Amino acid sequence: MNANIEPTDFVFDAVAEAAVARAIARYPAGKQASAVMALLDIAQRQMERLTGSAWVPRLAMDAVAQRLGIAAARVYEVVTFYTMYNTKPVGKYHLQVCTTTPCWLRGSDEVVSSCKKVAGIEGFGQTSADGLFTMTEVECLGGCVNAPILQINDDYYEDLDAARTEALLNALKSGAPLPPAGSSIGRQASAPVTNQTALLNNTKPVE
Amino acid sequence: MLNDADRIYQNLYGQQDWHLAGARARGDWNATADILARGRDAIIEEVKTSGLRGRGGAGFPTGMKWSFMPKQSDGRPSYLVVNADESEPGTCKDRDIIRNEPHKLIEGSLIAGFAMGAHTAFIYIRGEYYNEAARLQAAIEEAYAAGLLGKNAAGSGWDFDLVLHRGAGAYICGEESALLESLEGKKGMPRMKPPFPAAMGLYGCPTTVNNVESIAGVPTILRRGAAWFSALGRPKNTGTKIFCISGHVNRPCNVEEELGTPLKDLIEKHAGGVRGGWDNLQAVIPGGASMPILNKEMCETQLMDFDSLAAVRSGLGSGAIIVMDKSADVVKAIWRLSKFFKHESCGQCTPCREGTGWMMRMMDRIVQGKASMADIALMEQVTTQVAGHTICAFGDAAAWPIQGLMRAFRPLVEQRATDYKPAQPLAQAAE
Repeated sequence: MNANIEPTDFVFDAVAEAAVARAIARYPAGKQASAVMALLDIAQRQMERLTGSAWVPRLAMDAVAQRLGIAAARVYEVVTFYTMYNTKPVGKYHLQVCTTTPCWLRGSDEVVSSCKKVAGIEGFGQTSADGLFTMTEVECLGGCVNAPILQINDDYYEDLDAARTEALLNALKSGAPLPPAGSSIGRQASAPVTNQTALLNNTKPVE
Repeated sequence: MLNDADRIYQNLYGQQDWHLAGARARGDWNATADILARGRDAIIEEVKTSGLRGRGGAGFPTGMKWSFMPKQSDGRPSYLVVNADESEPGTCKDRDIIRNEPHKLIEGSLIAGFAMGAHTAFIYIRGEYYNEAARLQAAIEEAYAAGLLGKNAAGSGWDFDLVLHRGAGAYICGEESALLESLEGKKGMPRMKPPFPAAMGLYGCPTTVNNVESIAGVPTILRRGAAWFSALGRPKNTGTKIFCISGHVNRPCNVEEELGTPLKDLIEKHAGGVRGGWDNLQAVIPGGASMPILNKEMCETQLMDFDSLAAVRSGLGSGAIIVMDKSADVVKAIWRLSKFFKHESCGQCTPCREGTGWMMRMMDRIVQGKASMADIALMEQVTTQVAGHTICAFGDAAAWPIQGLMRAFRPLVEQRATDYKPAQPLAQAAE
């Protein structure tokens, strides 16, 4: 993790500028403040691209405020209200473990234990010594029939248990890229694992 | 069991093509201009006749909601806002519509937008659904490229733009006025009502907020007719609903069924039964985290629709069924929901901001067996001071799981207290 300290400046790069222009253009004239969430996300992704850590430094918040013509405090309160903006650097892989009741019933405690074990950390909010993993406790991710779920960066890894979580993280540790998102037991989306009861034939609905 | 031919979402599981070509093969975008040619009033009337009630949780009649929008503009534009901030624990149905049937949502937005006089719609999708948002954006671009959105959308003569807006992690933004605040670029804190969004919503303009499943079902309802839809389900609880069956079942899944289907059928037929058999069932949360829990006895004959669940002082909510077998610590399961609500309270109203943390701490003491009978009585009393005393329904949602636990599992909760003898009088839990 390169970005342990607040950078000395923040400027949207060319990639980000294109996204910023698209984001602002989505809203009616004079309502560009609506783009604040999009711009913060763009800034966070730029930090990830350039430093390997997805977070929003304060100078980036100021850049967003300036671009949208709103008070910096308006941007700060948005950043701190929502959970997805990281106000501190995170590891290359941000392990977001859902522990809300539906995931807990299906074994999210095991997923948490496996994350701690592989990353060598003791609790939520901590980053592994190699800077590879940061573990965060998150609330319901909205994939409950595929619980338990671990979100790594943008992707959901579903139907996990202790062994599959460890295997997934150990692969990342050894330098493998993130595998395709989705079920770790080969389920088709939210369908039951076997014995599908609905949509057995692809009949065309009556017009 | 519902016939496959009567399921609205033919690609719920993503086993077919989600692209425009696949959607057209399933009947989407077929003669959409003819539907719009029926006119605003006729469309709203048909939706009213179908009996469609909002699928986000509150169950308000969708057609009636649309009819609140102004017929004549006073100069302000009207907006449709689609609530795709799916965050109610247990719920993952809109995710399937967005990733596997995105064109149903897009076509439904055009029809609903037209019916309420809106030339622009926003879809507010939760930020964590990154891949789903990318899929939906791709589908929106397909629709623009095919002339189904934009000027003269789908050849209807109606100009219609559809904008996707990503959230950034906040359960409260599923509350419609908090969602509008967030969409305007602010913290997602609910607004006082009135004024209601139909009079003053997004950017101070007339706005209707509808759930994804409500909007995405509309094209099929209008094609197959209100009579088809209202023949499914039960009186005043018509049509089909996507149920999400999670927790201690053998095969967790989403499934579209008729409203009014017995809870037992959903669990036994579609989700492979309770782990260890039906007799191993302990409890079910029938409608997402905020809906009061049912014990096994209540589950035996329970029908899954708005009115049947309201009759037992619970609710259909979002149709999320969370199953717990006898191995589960139900008190801890509810404590975890209290922790959820404490985390997600926006902090605007004092009873909720302070009450959710207080309730969580008291639930924690009960879980640990460190609460007395008097503490339990006090907690029940405090829940009534939170519910109904806040700007939005979040306060109710935080209080109901605890109240439901006390109704359905009082002996179990009190068991934890009867053995407890504090070494010395405990200070009040309030901090």
